[in-house]
Amino acid sequence: MVEFTLPANSKITKGKTHKAPDGATNIRRFKIYRFDPDSGETPRLDTFEVDMDSCGPMVLDALLKMKNEMDPTLTFRRSCREGVCGSCSFNIDGTNTLACTKAIDEIKGDVKIYPLPHMAVVKDLVPDLSVPYAQYASIEPWIKTDSPLPQGERLQSPEDRAKLDGLWECILCFCCQTSCPSYWWNGDRYLGPAVLLQSYRFIADSRDEATGERLDDLDDPFRLFRCHTIMNCTSTCPKGLNPGEAIAGIKMGLGKRRS
Amino acid sequence: MQYRSSLSKARGLGSAKEGIEHWWVLRLTALALVPLSLWFAFSVVTLVGGDYETYRAWAGEHGNAMLLVLLVICLFHHAQLGVQVIIEDYVHHEGIKVASIIATKFTAVFFGASSVAAVLRITFGG
Ligand code: SF4
Ligand code: SF4
Ligand code: FES
Repeated sequence: MVEFTLPANSKITKGKTHKAPDGATNIRRFKIYRFDPDSGETPRLDTFEVDMDSCGPMVLDALLKMKNEMDPTLTFRRSCREGVCGSCSFNIDGTNTLACTKAIDEIKGDVKIYPLPHMAVVKDLVPDLSVPYAQYASIEPWIKTDSPLPQGERLQSPEDRAKLDGLWECILCFCCQTSCPSYWWNGDRYLGPAVLLQSYRFIADSRDEATGERLDDLDDPFRLFRCHTIMNCTSTCPKGLNPGEAIAGIKMGLGKRRS
Repeated sequence: MQYRSSLSKARGLGSAKEGIEHWWVLRLTALALVPLSLWFAFSVVTLVGGDYETYRAWAGEHGNAMLLVLLVICLFHHAQLGVQVIIEDYVHHEGIKVASIIATKFTAVFFGASSVAAVLRITFGG
């Protein structure tokens, strides 16, 4: 009966094994999720044996080696390879994180790499992020002002500037977003931790003049209040940020203006 | 096939502009339930071994009756708010969702009102 309860493509079959070159002595096994929707086949888990003597230390180094030397069809996003662009987020060894900042030797046993959880898969490790990107656009992530343009910069006190620390560093990798059970169940209406942290980045900014409207837009049982303080977001953030706290800050703002 | 843009889907029907009230009252009733349940548990323990008349006399005493009414109101209000959250989390069929939320509220009001009526009846005799 299992076939009737699992959606199509959620059953993962055993895939191919790519052997390490002869003579390699320092081998790590990587299990990689592979899926090509155009092939009509269900997803599979391929095994790559990587020669660590000729591989860099990070998970991204191994992925690039697999793509360059073992299987050029392996598909994933990456760009900066230093934890600032937010492209290389995957579920690695059971946790969402950045492949470029995750050291291989922190992982015991086979290194399992899956796409970010609970998103439609475009191909292999590439999830469809069009929904979270649109949610990000919907919170209008830019400074909004009505005052006439100042002559020079918009001034901000060091204390007010400090309120943005822990917020501006977010690289929109969506590790937190896709680790949140509330986002899994209601991702069409719940904005999710990454987008809410970004929204709070502007709510907390002393230069912004649209705080009230931003709070109005979030005062909603689904957009904001699906967060039940489960804190998966905070424990998974590869940049060490605290989306859970940012969300609490939004709730505080909504409470404060009532009394 | 859906020809709506992602942004249009993300904006959806817009903000309900209410959410903080539900969240706040859920927490407020939880807070109120802490002393009320402690008082209730403590009272029941001290009455252990008493007969029906003992309990009746206890519940009919003015202060106890008031606290019992408060306990019942907080308890049922808190419960229906909490169950609503769970339904909204997990029930994705629009019709079933709305129907179960309405059923939850009616059930809570029904049992809450009958509990309050029972306490009042004991207090004011009948
Ligand atoms: S808060 Fe952290 S995990 Fe979430 S998107 Fe930003 S950097 Fe990534
Ligand atoms: S704290 Fe909120 S946003 Fe973070 S994982 Fe939990 S429910 Fe999701
Ligand atoms: S490649 Fe840019 S964050 Fe990993």
